[in-house]
Amino acid sequence: MALPTIAFWILAAFTAVSTLFTVLTRNVVHSALGLAASLIGAAALFILFGAQFVGLAQILIYVGAVVILFMFGIMLTGTAVRPVVDNDQRPAAALVALAVFLVLAAGIVSSFGTKKVRFQVAFPTVQLGHQLFTTWVLPFEAVSILLLAALVGAIVLARRD
Amino acid sequence: MDWLDVVIILVKVVVCFLLLNLLLAVVVWAERKVIADMQSRIGPNRAGPYGLLQSIADGLKLFTKEDIFPLSADRIVYPIAPIISAVPAFLAFTVVPFGNMLSIGHRHITLQIADINVGLLFFLAMGSIAVYGVALAGWSSGSKYPLIGAVRSSAQMISYEIAMGLSVIPVVLYAGTLSTRGIVLAQQHMWFIGAQIPSFLIYLIAGVAECNRAPFDLPEAETELVAGFHTEYSGIKFMLFFMAEYMHIVTISAIAVTLFFGGWMGPHPNFLVPLWGVLWFLGKTAAFVFLFYWVRASFPRLRYDQLMNVGWKFLIPIGMAWIPISAAVHIFDIRRVVLVGAGVIVGIIVLSLVLPTKKPEVLTEEEAKTTA
Amino acid sequence: MSDYYVNYAAVAVLGAVILLFGLGTFAGWALLRPKRWNKEKNAIYECGIDAVGEQWKQPNVRYYIFAFLFVVFDVEALFLFPWAITYQKLGVYAVVEMVVFIAILFFGLAYAWGRKVLDWA
Repeated sequence: MALPTIAFWILAAFTAVSTLFTVLTRNVVHSALGLAASLIGAAALFILFGAQFVGLAQILIYVGAVVILFMFGIMLTGTAVRPVVDNDQRPAAALVALAVFLVLAAGIVSSFGTKKVRFQVAFPTVQLGHQLFTTWVLPFEAVSILLLAALVGAIVLARRD
Repeated sequence: MDWLDVVIILVKVVVCFLLLNLLLAVVVWAERKVIADMQSRIGPNRAGPYGLLQSIADGLKLFTKEDIFPLSADRIVYPIAPIISAVPAFLAFTVVPFGNMLSIGHRHITLQIADINVGLLFFLAMGSIAVYGVALAGWSSGSKYPLIGAVRSSAQMISYEIAMGLSVIPVVLYAGTLSTRGIVLAQQHMWFIGAQIPSFLIYLIAGVAECNRAPFDLPEAETELVAGFHTEYSGIKFMLFFMAEYMHIVTISAIAVTLFFGGWMGPHPNFLVPLWGVLWFLGKTAAFVFLFYWVRASFPRLRYDQLMNVGWKFLIPIGMAWIPISAAVHIFDIRRVVLVGAGVIVGIIVLSLVLPTKKPEVLTEEEAKTTA
Repeated sequence: MSDYYVNYAAVAVLGAVILLFGLGTFAGWALLRPKRWNKEKNAIYECGIDAVGEQWKQPNVRYYIFAFLFVVFDVEALFLFPWAITYQKLGVYAVVEMVVFIAILFFGLAYAWGRKVLDWA
């Protein structure tokens, strides 16, 4: 077995275990930490397949900003020190998760069949940048408007205190 | 990837790791001696000649301290928070180039652990993860003051991360690459400090704030919140936090040298090729670490709202404004002199942070007696 | 491609070394430290007096607003990186695009400033 394949299986296992930990634990902060770990695993998988910019962007934004936002929210609302907030819907949730998994797996298998991913050349960031500012410049500017909308929305909501 | 690559990786990692630990011991000792000298006292001088073994003595002492595990602390996160803090601090150093290539036979070995193509982004990503160690440590201690200290500390770190990210963009504009080795090589004609003075100043201020160092150390000052997020930590757990903090200082200094001061490039007599570069690199990094100590000994602590004001209302707008200016000068082929001039002006604006606004009054002896 | 893997493998190896170092020092410490459990010692520190009230105090909601602003500006800073390495080949057009992007978010920052969201801690 080639080294990248071994690395893939290790990282995939790590990501799957952290995600399971995220949904199965009863402590909210542990859940957030598990989410961060599984996102780092996903970022490592991106890097393994050559998309190093996307992988590092995932760490920088998702792990470094979004999950920090979640943790701030958790720390600010005291859900971490209250008694466990849980309900009885775990079996139903498990069924739904299984159904989603089957749908996604069916979709992936039917579109890709048994084709294997070959570890090719690492995707050059220069090409990504070039594409972003020539072919996809309008979605790029739309992203800035979206960010502005999110910003203004958060400020408007926050001012009600 | 053959076995020789693996051997080279292992040798690089082990050598680097040992050197970093040694460097940490020296940096801690040097800080105490330098700040002591600035405060007209001696500093450690008992453990070994000139107190050189003080750091080792402190490390050994921490091994013999009891493990205080607060009763209300989280059983899983509390012990692993120091490791979460230490790992990104050391990993950020992998992209720092110590010197030029070492050529053995027909193998060219770059003198950095990993010459990643997007190295600068990797460095910033590790800085992002460093916030986790702080936030988790404060929360998992199970006590209110570490929690407040951790939340304040994390909010400070994330505010200055934006400033740091914005400040390195103009350097990338001129270098044309995100790889740290590429950025150093792009400075062969002139170091980037010439054209990018405001970027450098913003990077330095943001770097000092990222490390929670004075004058931005309100969240961990003794008079404020005991020790902030690491109040409830004792022994080796505290040692890991301590190491992570000083490792951040060294890494930020090293990246400052790489981005703005030419990395390993020194004046011409290039004998003992890679070693000459390494010595120059270490010397320049040492100068920056000294700057960290100097700043700590000189400036009063910033209040928290002043700290956030500087981050959001001062550094980010200037950083955002400087990027199009740099880009415009480059793309329109305007002479770099214009950029240097504009840089000096903006640099003075940034430095106005630290300049006093009013001349302090000098009272004569009678005035002092009557007004006191 | 091999260079790419060699570099990231080096990062992974260093990560593993640091992890082992951390766990190793913990283990060594467990062997060397005194073990005298005492309820007073394991109480949390509150300036020397007995801790009052619940072990949690709600931090101000301002911190959450700052974290949100951080997400937005972090994404902006991220988009600047691929621009910075490709703008030379794309010419003036790319500079204008990025100036528009930065200006829109600068307006967002100005709005936050004007609405006094950035004030106080």
